[in-house]
Amino acid sequence: MKRLWIQIIFFISSNAYIKGFFEGRIFKGSSKMMCVPGLNCYSCPGALGSCPLGSLQSVMGSMKYQVSFYVLGLLMAFGTLFGRFICGFLCPLGLIQDLLYKIRTKKYTLFKPLKYIKYGVLVYFVILIPTVFTNKVGMGDPGFCKYICPSGTLFGAIPLLLKNPGLRSAVGILFSWKMFVLISIIIGSVLIYRIFCQMLCPLGLIYGLFNKVSLYGYKLDLEKCNSCGACQKVCKIELDPCTQLNNIECIRCGDCIDNCHSNALARKGVRK
Amino acid sequence: MKNRLSYFLLMISAVMIGIGIHRNEMTIVLKKAINICLECIGVG
Repeated sequence: MKRLWIQIIFFISSNAYIKGFFEGRIFKGSSKMMCVPGLNCYSCPGALGSCPLGSLQSVMGSMKYQVSFYVLGLLMAFGTLFGRFICGFLCPLGLIQDLLYKIRTKKYTLFKPLKYIKYGVLVYFVILIPTVFTNKVGMGDPGFCKYICPSGTLFGAIPLLLKNPGLRSAVGILFSWKMFVLISIIIGSVLIYRIFCQMLCPLGLIYGLFNKVSLYGYKLDLEKCNSCGACQKVCKIELDPCTQLNNIECIRCGDCIDNCHSNALARKGVRK
Repeated sequence: MKNRLSYFLLMISAVMIGIGIHRNEMTIVLKKAINICLECIGVG
């Protein structure tokens, strides 16, 4: 419950330009130079900051640079400090998926090999499309934003199209594709926990690479652990915290710690 | 040992952010973020 409140507060505070939703415009302040840690489209009318993935692709796809030291540095700093705690607590799309998963219906688990799709998404859509498949003047499309990102469709396109008739006239086949992706992810999120994070999210993958070294993380006291398996049973990502502690897939929701009867699992970097 | 690595990575991050700021990448980010990104919302 505490986690849900943190997610809601962070979601509202990073999308606090309420006026934008009513006027069908986006915020134009200088705070957008800074990236927020989660997948929060900068074309969301309420967004006060920039999406790190969108920013990364826009710099890499620009005529001037093919690498963004600024955004990669920020991603590395966020990852080193928090790892995928960002996915569990600070990502707006994570919140939406968590809420959708609360809908009572039969639940399924993700076929494990599908978790590797996000590696391909990172390489092809985030890196290759903006840097290699460029136009005549050397500019590349933000591939992930353009073809996959459900955050842009949900938080950007839908509220903007509702209030902005000029944009509605520009809608084409690409929008149909993006709506198909969004609806598939919405349905998938009801059935499978965090399907987008587990299967497609390149941002989560980047943060996951830092899970083992991040200052905030989990620790296991083997002397206290009685191998009861309670932590494994509650893990919705289907990890065994006793053997896969700080795994790349762990979004640090904290369920394993909350359900550890012997207090063997704890958060590092947090004083009790 | 892990903590040392974390602090080292943080240091590298700070240097990279510094280089990025020096190269004026923040302006590119801002320019993109303050205009509706048609590709990002699936319209363009």
